[in-house]
Amino acid sequence: MQEIDTLFKALADPSRRQLLDRLHAENGQTLGQLCAGLAMSRQAVTQHLALLTAANLVAVQWQGREKLHYLNPVPLHEIYARWIQKFERQGLDALHDLKTKLEGNRHD
Amino acid sequence: MTETTATKFVYVTFIRTTADQLWSALTGPDFIRKYWFGMHIESDWKVGATWKLVFTDGRIADFGEVLEFDPPKRLVLKWCNEWSPEMKAEGETRCTMELEALDGAVKLSVTHETARPQSKFIQAVSGGWPRILSNLKSLLETGEIVLK
Repeated sequence: MQEIDTLFKALADPSRRQLLDRLHAENGQTLGQLCAGLAMSRQAVTQHLALLTAANLVAVQWQGREKLHYLNPVPLHEIYARWIQKFERQGLDALHDLKTKLEGNRHD
Repeated sequence: MTETTATKFVYVTFIRTTADQLWSALTGPDFIRKYWFGMHIESDWKVGATWKLVFTDGRIADFGEVLEFDPPKRLVLKWCNEWSPEMKAEGETRCTMELEALDGAVKLSVTHETARPQSKFIQAVSGGWPRILSNLKSLLETGEIVLK
């Protein structure tokens, strides 16, 4: 499967998006911390984290004996760069043109 | 991460290149300019050497010291801010870049951390890394950058 397919498949699940939200709110959590207060079994969370890690949306680092999970925004940034940023730039240009037009020939 | 603990971000990207090429891209001044928004890094690249990230107009953005230099696997930098008094006052942070050669690609992990909770500097730096890594990946894989 292509990288991008793995990425969108990982995102296409509300439980996995919930895990990403929790890491976004608090980065660097253990499995136990991520499971707390969730209506998912520990096994289910483990499986979701494996898919998120395979899609490179979650990066894992060991701190002593603790395995910590970090939200990795790099693949999401690639989505943004591919489909969104171009339009933002046009929006900024449009705003700039509008400002120039409204302000006329003021040189201050 | 709670409010009493350190601030740390981990960024990972997989780049279809070799570890040697990626290492050159991370430490070669002319190559750095291509993906770091025109800024470049000056350093002798040895343990204990200073390094500085220089804006296009010559002002220093950030600076620090090379703590570990193990090509083409591991680069650790002491990283301090220069351009913002508020972020400069936070003192030093630490950036670790690790390269792991895989089948046909290299895994690049960038960890940026500080003992200071809720560090403004780390938050500012962390917003820049995904763009820089996307540019670096695109440059090495296609010869062009995505974003200017």
